[in-house]
Amino acid sequence: MKCDFCEKKATVFLTQLVDGQMKKVCLCDNCAKERGVTDPTGFSLADLLLGGLPGGPGTVAGHPSPGVPGNGKQCATCTFTLDDLKRVRRFGCSDCYATFGDEVAQMIRGMHKGTSHVGKVPEGLMAIQFRNQRIEELRSRLDQAIASESYEEAAGIRDEIRNLDEVKH
Amino acid sequence: MMRFNTLIKHPADWMTGGQGEHGAVITSRIRLARNLRRHPFPGWAKRDQRAAALDLMRPAVEALPAMKGAFSHELGDLTSVQKQVLVERHLISREHAARGDGSAAVIERRQTFSLMLNEEDHLRMQAIRPGLQLTAAFSALSELDTNLEESLEFAFDPTLGYLTTCPTNLGTGLRASAMLHLPGLVLSDQIGQVLQAVNKIGLAVRGLYGEGTESLGNLYQISNQSTLGESEETIIRRLERVISQVANHEQNAREKLLEDDPEMVSDKIGRAYGVLRYAHIIDSKEALNHLSLLRLGGTLGYFPTKTVMLCDSLLMDIQPAHLQLHSGRKLSPEERDSIRAEIVRSRLQSLETPDNRMSSNDDKNFSDTPNPNPGDA
Repeated sequence: MKCDFCEKKATVFLTQLVDGQMKKVCLCDNCAKERGVTDPTGFSLADLLLGGLPGGPGTVAGHPSPGVPGNGKQCATCTFTLDDLKRVRRFGCSDCYATFGDEVAQMIRGMHKGTSHVGKVPEGLMAIQFRNQRIEELRSRLDQAIASESYEEAAGIRDEIRNLDEVKH
Repeated sequence: MMRFNTLIKHPADWMTGGQGEHGAVITSRIRLARNLRRHPFPGWAKRDQRAAALDLMRPAVEALPAMKGAFSHELGDLTSVQKQVLVERHLISREHAARGDGSAAVIERRQTFSLMLNEEDHLRMQAIRPGLQLTAAFSALSELDTNLEESLEFAFDPTLGYLTTCPTNLGTGLRASAMLHLPGLVLSDQIGQVLQAVNKIGLAVRGLYGEGTESLGNLYQISNQSTLGESEETIIRRLERVISQVANHEQNAREKLLEDDPEMVSDKIGRAYGVLRYAHIIDSKEALNHLSLLRLGGTLGYFPTKTVMLCDSLLMDIQPAHLQLHSGRKLSPEERDSIRAEIVRSRLQSLETPDNRMSSNDDKNFSDTPNPNPGDA
């Protein structure tokens, strides 16, 4: 069993009912100490998964600066603060994910099967990704063409890249 | 615009579905969570911001070809009983029913698609299919989602996927689930061990009715918990595989019970039949548990196969808000128990006794048309 937070060998295993669902977290010695998981009786797994943020409950390093909401972090789009995040354990808008990037990274470790999206992508994005991939392929073909001094072919590839770049912007 | 009574009058498509997996899998459900870019999430938005998001989404949803002539209402325009009926039909969530103006429900005529606008996320769309059809439900819903992307800009991040109010839904925003009827595993005391095994591989299991760990009517829901790090297809494939295995275990348990203790099975089904056919006062717990056994009888050949479908509709129609809608007035708990018994008696009045196990194709002498004079058992 690996630690859900750092991939080391897990030695502490916590199971708790959260919202009527069984949640399990595996931690190594270091992560358990770091998150203050020494007294399971007074410890909430939800705090660890959703509230174990820097400066939040369950962290040793957490000393929020008094009077500064959420250590000064605030979403410019919706005014959501780090304190709000700790209080409601949800976000205010989609831009919060960028604002609280560090906290998000910590929250989602151990929450899901992975930390990067593999799956459906909105159609428009799909086209952009496909185009970028195509440009990359063409660039490497261009390098090969120049290296083998096939200048005519290189010119054709360059035009193709230019066309794709124009569509992109 | 479709009226509430028109929507509710007809049984949902999934209620008249097939009997795949020996009737162990009642329905498959796919839910996708999506949010609008640059709009505060519903729980954080101010009233006018929520209204602005709704004004963007509602016309886009209503314009979808699949939602032509759909039921579309703001929750503030519905009575609490109407909202509760939609909850009992699994068309909206309990959380959504608690909302009023600024939130809406758009439900396709045959109740196969239902979209909640401004629930916890801006948009929660779901597709329901009878039996084990998670893949079909997902492809239909994904098409709806893709069509919506032409007119709405969803919040998406290349690394985190679709961005949701709660990080537990990040990535695919997908919750796939199936409702299972598992009386064989319950009667043979294997349910705990099967559900534990399902839970161990990271899937969530809960009793569909009943508080906490209690399950009524032997009905369970199995769903995925993780939404990030795997594709929709991978999540669904794993879930379908597990559900098929559980359905097979259920089938084996039923066969073994019949082989080892046919008298016990006949007794339970016979007693359930007796109570449902002749009781005049029945609370929802007792009704659910007996209907579960009657349904089992339908799959084992004690009753015509139509009985299974009849039980599935009854499971819905004996819920409190459905009873209230049926009577057209507010009911006390005592009145509910009487009316529940009356509805059950009238629906089952032409169902023959299970004394002689019929062949499952022998549907003669059985009709599920309601008795115009209920109560004359």
